[in-house]
Amino acid sequence: MSQRLKGAKILVDCLEREGVEVAFGIPGGANLPTFDAVNQSTKIKLILTVHEQGAAHMADGYARASGKVGVCLATSGPGATNLVTGLGTAYMDSVPMVALTGQVRTSVIGNDAFQEGDTIGITRPVTKHSYLVKDVKDMARIVREAFTIARTGRPGPVLIDLPVDTTVNEADYTWPETVAIRGYKVQAEPPISLDAIRAAADAINKSKKPILYVGAGVIHSGAAAELIELAHKAHIPVTTTLLGLGAFPETDALSLGMLGMHGFEYTNYAVAQCDCLIGVGARFDDRVTGKPDEFARNAKKIHIDVDPSSINKTVVVDYPVVGDVKRVLRELIKLVQPLDTKDWVGIIADMKKKFPLIYREKHKVLPQYIIQQISEATNGNAVIATGVGQHQMWAAQFYQFNKPRSMITSGGFGTMGFGLPAAIGAQFARPNDVVWDIDGDGSFQMTAQELATAAQHKLPVKVAIMNNQHHGMVRQWQDLFYEGRHAASRLNPVDFVKLAEANHCVGIRVEEKEDVRKAIDRAMSINDKPTVIEFMVEQAENVWPMIAPGKAHDQLLGTYEQLSKEGGQPQRRRAQADEESKLSLG
Amino acid sequence: MSETQKHTLSCLVENQFGVLVRIAGLISARGFNIDSLSVSTTEDPTVSRMTIVVEADPIKLEQVKNQLNRLIDVIDVKELKENAFFDRELLLAKVQAKDDRHGELASILKPFDAKIADKYNGLVVIEATGNSGTLDRLVDQLRAFGISTLVRTGRVALER
Ligand SMILES: Cc1ncc(C[n+]2csc(CCOP(=O)(O)OP(=O)(O)O)c2C)c(N)n1
Repeated sequence: MSQRLKGAKILVDCLEREGVEVAFGIPGGANLPTFDAVNQSTKIKLILTVHEQGAAHMADGYARASGKVGVCLATSGPGATNLVTGLGTAYMDSVPMVALTGQVRTSVIGNDAFQEGDTIGITRPVTKHSYLVKDVKDMARIVREAFTIARTGRPGPVLIDLPVDTTVNEADYTWPETVAIRGYKVQAEPPISLDAIRAAADAINKSKKPILYVGAGVIHSGAAAELIELAHKAHIPVTTTLLGLGAFPETDALSLGMLGMHGFEYTNYAVAQCDCLIGVGARFDDRVTGKPDEFARNAKKIHIDVDPSSINKTVVVDYPVVGDVKRVLRELIKLVQPLDTKDWVGIIADMKKKFPLIYREKHKVLPQYIIQQISEATNGNAVIATGVGQHQMWAAQFYQFNKPRSMITSGGFGTMGFGLPAAIGAQFARPNDVVWDIDGDGSFQMTAQELATAAQHKLPVKVAIMNNQHHGMVRQWQDLFYEGRHAASRLNPVDFVKLAEANHCVGIRVEEKEDVRKAIDRAMSINDKPTVIEFMVEQAENVWPMIAPGKAHDQLLGTYEQLSKEGGQPQRRRAQADEESKLSLG
Repeated sequence: MSETQKHTLSCLVENQFGVLVRIAGLISARGFNIDSLSVSTTEDPTVSRMTIVVEADPIKLEQVKNQLNRLIDVIDVKELKENAFFDRELLLAKVQAKDDRHGELASILKPFDAKIADKYNGLVVIEATGNSGTLDRLVDQLRAFGISTLVRTGRVALER
């Protein structure tokens, strides 16, 4: 049954049918009809943010925490350009999002009208696809297609540019049940080749030292259970990328934690030695591979990915398998045999004992210790968002992630300022879960204004700022590679407690180690407003170990050996006791 | 670096605004120079065919094909392999030739099935169709006359 409706009403009906519960954004001239219509929806909560970048990151955090499509709204021109960083962040990490931007009337497009910008042109390289609605008659089809494209295949952000007249003009409307995009069928669900899977299974069955190298693709396709089944059936140790954290429980005896530039020392050694590397939903990013030619140089390489363009991009693999990770893993589980990897697991267990994470306490509290405390206080069950920098790497190393969708961090784009708005989005998605933003003072300040948004909605988001009064990661690189010249990496001190209070949040400052846990526990007990804890941390601390850019996995800086000579204390992670003794892995 | 070579890609795309810039943007963002690109509608008016000639090494080319396939507006991408396709280009060239040299010019044009399409002020406009290699050879021979302006449509190709 068709109805005659205004474009904005059609849009809202389509959003509701796609299951949208919340939309983040800022109104303006070109999108007032859209805001007016969304505001009248009883199903969609409309959240005003302080900045459009915040809206994009909130939609992103919502999507990563829930697996649903995140929605953000902005007006034309400057509103739309403020979304760009957020779109780039979501695009690089394959996050399903739909951005709705206002545009000037179709009749004046191209005339340099007030607040006109070529939004489609500006956002083309950072979106999976984009649409300009030129006629209200196309509204329903476009919204339906946009959501389909955002959430299927390799997910990603899709932008719809809405000239204001297409939102106020009327059209006959029936919701399109089906979607037919002829250039997208294969991408949405690539056919899987059983031959390719058989070849990969053969390679696994012949291996003596296999490793599963797991990325966010496992999380996107909801394949964590299949991954665990495969690892346990064939006794294969599992390492994850930064974005793959949580895809495999880090308390599992077969977990090797994170690999790559700031991955664990023993994990990188294990990858350097393995004879079969099974890449699952990971894209051989340069922060993971170091020097591509040297990456797992003795291994037969298998790469399972939904996106054929990710395969053989940086590292040429022996067994490419295109397809949805979950479907491929299901087939693979049937074909792999229980392998005898006792020797291999033993070698790794030895290395794990010999080369654990390590740090040396100095005068002030260390961020690593604080993150360990957050990990313990939340039992590894919180949702963790981060900024970008040292604190992000320490969060990856010292928080033990056990569930998919618990690490929310900007991996591919490396966007500072992502943490707080992403945490807010995650809290909207999962109101009953504990959400922490582990942030740096530099990153936090890039979007700190969104504290006001969190406070307005009484969100119990907890922010832990590792205040080292520096762009710490930049300072570390300057010390390592620029003879200690600190070009513009020192931040002016800011009173974050006052900043928190000014935004109607609880502010706590911690200077002493013995106050760390108390402050964390206090934040955990506050349920009706955000809490900001400013930890005054050691300023000169570095993230170790480190594979310097372009170096191989066994050429590390800041090794256990070095740091233990300087008086460092080894840090052990929790492991499930029974599994531990069964497999004797550290 | 592996060797670069010219490759012909034949893409079926949605006949919609903005598609050309998506494709050109994708190819140039990966640092390839587009040798030639021609677009026209096909037997199905909602579909256009783009014939793109690029210079690339085989691994990069594979990537570009995969990336092109990722574009929602791209329906199909095929690489046309040497000898497995039929191709043509149209060439127009303005050449200096006074009347007394027209005979000489005609004898050059004949083997190429090219013709004189227009004449004015001591200039002759030559029209030729052929595959790219043939037209390259014609251009070489015309240089003796002094080519003042040259335009070629770029390759259009059909799979055999
Ligand atoms: C938007 C943006 N600008 C610049 C950078 C480059 N950058 C990477 S890490 C970093 C410093 C981060 O400092 P902070 O957030 O305080 O974290 P810390 O390293 O001190 O833990 C900078 C400037 C970036 N990643 N993102």
